Amino acid sequence: MSGKTTTLAERPALGRWRRWRPDQQWEGYLFLLPSFIGFLVFTALPILGSLALSFMRWNLLTPPEFVGLANYTQLLNQDPIFRRVAFNTAYFIVTIVPLQLVLSLLLAVALNQPLRGIQVYRLIYFMPVVATIVAAALVFQWMFNRDFGIISAFIWKVGEWTGMPVSPPDWLNSTTWARPAVVILTLWKNVGFSMVIYLAGLQAIPKELYDAAHVDGANAWHRFRYITVPMVSPTTFFLAIILMIGAFQLFSEPYVMTRGGPAQATLTIVYYIYQNAFEFGRMGKAAAIAWVLFIFIFIFTYIQTRLQRRWVHYEAGEG
Amino acid sequence: MLRSQAAAPAPRRRHRFQLRHLLLHGLLLAGSGLMLLPFLWMLSTSLKEPAEIFTYPPIWIPSRLAWENYVEAVRAMPFGRFYLNSLVVATGITVLQLLTASLAGFAFARLRFRGRDALFLLYLATLMIPFQVTMIPNFILVRYLRWYDTYQALILPPAFSAFSTFLMRQYLLSIPLELDEAARVDGASSWRIWGQIIMPLSGPVVATLTIFIFLNAWNDFLWPLVVTNSLEMRTLPVGLSTFQGQYNVQWHLLMAGSVIALAPVLAIYMMGQNWFVEGITLSGMGGR
Repeated sequence: MSGKTTTLAERPALGRWRRWRPDQQWEGYLFLLPSFIGFLVFTALPILGSLALSFMRWNLLTPPEFVGLANYTQLLNQDPIFRRVAFNTAYFIVTIVPLQLVLSLLLAVALNQPLRGIQVYRLIYFMPVVATIVAAALVFQWMFNRDFGIISAFIWKVGEWTGMPVSPPDWLNSTTWARPAVVILTLWKNVGFSMVIYLAGLQAIPKELYDAAHVDGANAWHRFRYITVPMVSPTTFFLAIILMIGAFQLFSEPYVMTRGGPAQATLTIVYYIYQNAFEFGRMGKAAAIAWVLFIFIFIFTYIQTRLQRRWVHYEAGEG
Repeated sequence: MLRSQAAAPAPRRRHRFQLRHLLLHGLLLAGSGLMLLPFLWMLSTSLKEPAEIFTYPPIWIPSRLAWENYVEAVRAMPFGRFYLNSLVVATGITVLQLLTASLAGFAFARLRFRGRDALFLLYLATLMIPFQVTMIPNFILVRYLRWYDTYQALILPPAFSAFSTFLMRQYLLSIPLELDEAARVDGASSWRIWGQIIMPLSGPVVATLTIFIFLNAWNDFLWPLVVTNSLEMRTLPVGLSTFQGQYNVQWHLLMAGSVIALAPVLAIYMMGQNWFVEGITLSGMGGR
């Protein structure tokens, strides 16, 4: 970066005749100004404000009260709801991230074949990504309806065909099944996104690798397992982090579909932040939860980055 | 589901091609069905008479297409207004974010000034912080400024993004600096270089960002939910969730409302499919 820009510094005192022009020093600041105002007012200062707020008790009506670390210690030691919320969020991460990675990689491999109508498939699989999440969650809520939903109807039908006595769960009113319902919605909504990123990764794999393996007698599974999977591992790593952060921040899906219920089974960390701030008026506590969320994300991203050496394959590292 | 495809041992050479492709088509078609099912079920329900909604087994094609559901939905909730709000908000955010990001990206990538790299690092550092951390102080700020339930509240806080700035800078670094130098020798100001040389060369990144910012703003839910209160200020997603709260079991109306909310994005997507996909890929790779 600096190597490139030195050439600009070397420019000869550009025309004495335009000395009235502002120097680049000021131009730099001027170009940056609109963005910097936004950065300062809506990002940097709010970060500091949020940190300060997390040490306070404030309902916006009475004056704020400094309480030190109380919000944090309460959260970690005496808040059973926070424990549930953390558990639910962990549940969503360990289900959504691996499932979405596997599904979207297989989908991308299938859609990377020279098939007729491949564009149409891509169009269809990617459609949910652009859909408004509220509308998507609404239709899934209706699909998961126990008595009249299409999913239950399908399960009843399967029971009839196979003669097995299966009865569908009352998805959204069941503490066991509400979470899987949210997982299903999330996978449907986002699988196209990671599929597209995987497709880009797949297209970067040199064809010669497959040809060579083919000559050596490797079958399709071997080629997938020993060429495709390692070669897309940087993409997998990138996606794993993106998906994990996304799962940490789940909100709209449970908000629309279950309102966090039943019995807080789908209440997530972000939903709990929302509740505390805008339903209970506990601004300080909400800020503290947001910081705990950040610490979680930071720690888990860091762990993933450390672990990547074990499984992420970079071409540069090859002999 | 698709694993069997990848794992399938290659049968003898002569048949392999067609059999494999047939199998793939079968699986992909079944998957497409699953992906399309919610859209179709939504459309189907939105055109049913109330009596046909609660039947078992469910009916896919209503005996009569109840178009009046749409009229009733629009009458029950100001969907036109929601639509307008979404349009104004998403356009405003897109234009402002593009402007601030391109100016700042230009400064970071192509101008020399003291403190530039430190400022850039500061921007980068905030990328780690999740939105929820800044959401609460921003809400308090919006209230303090008496912007609650206004367009300013919906547009201005999201009008700046460190990520867009970062993406823009990365792209602008790839344009040869000699262009600027030549223009400067010819007497062009930095503003002219920005507007007449660099921006016209930035088509791909501008297109990508436009799609990305617009789509995110159009579909955003949490921030508009937090800073609006009156029906007049709701955006489409928030309006839809309000509708849900009030018309809880009127599934035909809820689905009609959902179709209204989905139709424009899906239409735009169908028209500019490749741009969307490219945008996702590019920004995905930008994060790598």
